[in-house]
Amino acid sequence: MSEIIPHLETQNLNAYYGSTQALEDVSIVIPRNQITMIIGPSGCGKTTLLKCLNRFIELEENARIEGKVLLDGENIYSPSVDVTEVRKKSGLLAQRPYPLPMSIFDNVAYGIRIHRLHSRGQLHQAVQHYLQVAGLWEEVKDRLHAPASQLSIGQQQRLCLARGLAVEPEIILGDEPTSALDPISAQHIEKRLIELKQRYTIVLVSHILRQARRLADYVIFMYMGRVVEAGPAHQVFNNPQHERTRAYLSGEF
Amino acid sequence: MPASHRSKLDRWVQRGFWIFSALPTLLALLILAALWIKSQPILLSHPLKTLLFGSAWKPQKGEFGFLPFISGTIWVTVVALVIAVPICILTALYLSEYTSARTQRLIKPLLDLLAAIPSVVYGVWGVLIIVPWVQNSLAPLLGRWGSILPILTTTNPTGYSVLAGGIVLAVMIAPFIVSIAYEVLQTIPFGLRQASLALGATRWQTIKYAVIPKASTGIFASIVLGCSRALGETMAVLMVVGNVPQIPRSIFDAAYPLPALIANNYGEMMSIPLYDAALMTASLLLLGMVLVLNIFSILALRHVLREKT
Amino acid sequence: MRWKWQQLEEKIVQLFMLLSFALILFCLLLILYTIVAKGLPSLSWAMISQTPKGGFYLGKEGGILNAIIGSLYLALGGTLIALLFAFPLALLLNIYLSQSLWADLVRLSLDILWGIPSIVYGAFGFTVMIFLGWRASLLGGILTLALLEFPIMARAMDEVIRRLPPDLPRAAYALGSTNLETAFFVVTRQILPGLATAALLAFGRGIGDAASVLFTAGYTDRIPNSLFSPAASLPLAVFFQLGTPFPEVQQRAYSAALILTIIVLGISLSSRWLAHYLDRFSIH
Repeated sequence: MSEIIPHLETQNLNAYYGSTQALEDVSIVIPRNQITMIIGPSGCGKTTLLKCLNRFIELEENARIEGKVLLDGENIYSPSVDVTEVRKKSGLLAQRPYPLPMSIFDNVAYGIRIHRLHSRGQLHQAVQHYLQVAGLWEEVKDRLHAPASQLSIGQQQRLCLARGLAVEPEIILGDEPTSALDPISAQHIEKRLIELKQRYTIVLVSHILRQARRLADYVIFMYMGRVVEAGPAHQVFNNPQHERTRAYLSGEF
Repeated sequence: MPASHRSKLDRWVQRGFWIFSALPTLLALLILAALWIKSQPILLSHPLKTLLFGSAWKPQKGEFGFLPFISGTIWVTVVALVIAVPICILTALYLSEYTSARTQRLIKPLLDLLAAIPSVVYGVWGVLIIVPWVQNSLAPLLGRWGSILPILTTTNPTGYSVLAGGIVLAVMIAPFIVSIAYEVLQTIPFGLRQASLALGATRWQTIKYAVIPKASTGIFASIVLGCSRALGETMAVLMVVGNVPQIPRSIFDAAYPLPALIANNYGEMMSIPLYDAALMTASLLLLGMVLVLNIFSILALRHVLREKT
Repeated sequence: MRWKWQQLEEKIVQLFMLLSFALILFCLLLILYTIVAKGLPSLSWAMISQTPKGGFYLGKEGGILNAIIGSLYLALGGTLIALLFAFPLALLLNIYLSQSLWADLVRLSLDILWGIPSIVYGAFGFTVMIFLGWRASLLGGILTLALLEFPIMARAMDEVIRRLPPDLPRAAYALGSTNLETAFFVVTRQILPGLATAALLAFGRGIGDAASVLFTAGYTDRIPNSLFSPAASLPLAVFFQLGTPFPEVQQRAYSAALILTIIVLGISLSSRWLAHYLDRFSIH
């Protein structure tokens, strides 16, 4: 068995919306350069956990968290940390794509410009590169300056991937990124994600077990705000340690 | 059978309702037609060019040039918008993007309160506070720049001026612009903001590059709607604007907007020939300006606000 | 370095937003403060219990009861007549033609009417009255105010009815009710708070409006005793008294403005409270 090199880590993480507790004492590690999938029934807190990893939880009304989230050993919630730096380190793929109200080119260039990652001369090259990585370049190279909203929803999701990669993150977070897509577009995205794990740490939330079996290297199973079981995918899927995990995997709830 | 009675009544009412529901449209057309007909004597006897672009206003001599009043209306409205728009849009952004839902629920009633205050009370406030302020503070302060910027020249010793009218109007239209712009901002999906924030953009960058471009049509419509409110506002402006029939050259000059013209002269309108037709023409001009702006903004806002659902 | 600039920009913009918001709140408070501070000293029992006596407009004895009563008559009459048209229109609009193109046109017309300045309503009302050979009268004022209030009320009620859960009319249809019965018995009961708020909103707009009654209702020192006698109103009482050169009379304009403000804000607040209170009886 390969040694786990943690990239992200949570320590005794609790999250509350008002007075209801959404996460209870969550301590997990997320291994570097692997696809980690958070699975569990709806309402189990998997999306909340994902939101804690890029401080999106702070955007929710009444939300409050306790505990630590360590990125390369540094707590991203410590007061000295700049929230925009934290978010720059992780690209987000939402459930459905939200192209920004600008052209295809500008969507990818957006993050590059904000963080001034490339000089003007290199900008075009960089945009092309990330569109290629996301597998969208061939389809859009002739209409880079068309509004992004003209793309199909599957193309939009790949655009969002390119946009996220363009800020040079270390981590890709995906909140059921294929759930709004047709099967072909979903396959596209899955294929990209498998290629990308060479260079990025990927964390996905999914409620589709088959997808988890296809993609996951590491699995976190959650139930009612707690982590029931976490471990390498083959171990969790083939030899679950807990009764609940076994029940969930066999489709009992 | 009683049921068929009931159904018959139902069908009868339904048919009658078609006519009934045409009432609003008919009323709008009727107002337009009545003002049009009553303006005919003057529209037929004077060329449109001298009416719209003539600046001589001598009812006794039969000279009716509306330019002073049209320009008075435009001056006051533009000054009001210049003051109100940045403040209102920033406030709407603040409420929508930076405050919690709970704070928003507390603040909405305050805006409603501001909108509920009667026009004449704004007028009293203007006379008591704004006019002296313009006269004693703003005019001496800004008048110094008059030689460089002619619109700041101070030749009017009183505070009753375009600027006083503009300030009072700005406060009056603020609750309209803020609440509509706020409503427009609320239709922008949260996911769009998240998409920008996820890339490490600050909140302001998110607003600047993602929220405002997406909301621009609606925000523009809210401003146009505020503008049409300002055009038609009568009493408050009338009380502070000075009512001198001249083409203003500076924000410290007195002006005489169209609504004030109508309101001030109704008493004498029957004693001078063509005067009543002239005042009706003033109403028609005002209505025309308001209708154009209104129809544009209503249709745009409908489109924007409906997309949400 | 660049982080510093972005954060600085964020802070500066936030500061400007906060200042803008504070400025609007400040104006609201300043208006209320000005009206109270100026109006309170000369507010007396005589002001609200007497009509103007001889020499009132030179600063002698009397009050503005004529304007208070006149305004109440005008606004009440206008609201009742507007209600008579606005309520059935809003209700039937949703029952019979909820989403059709025709309904769109009706709503557009109402929105347009809402935007027409009150001075234009005044001029229109005056024109019609001349045509009919009427003089400035309570009835003329009431009808003009009804025109002004009608679109406000109809549109507000329309919004209230549209927000109704669609299941409710359906349940009534399932019980065999006709459209009309559904409209008047089932829907009305559910939306009562919204209707009351809409009516009060229009009433508040009506009682505060000066430009529309200026031509049509006239002004008199007496309390109107018939629909065809002229009627005074509070906004015009403020306007006329402020226009006189005598400080004592101007003082009274301030207190008339205070009375008007109290009435209007009272209506605004009580409609809020009423909506909240009655809301407990409807289904969510």
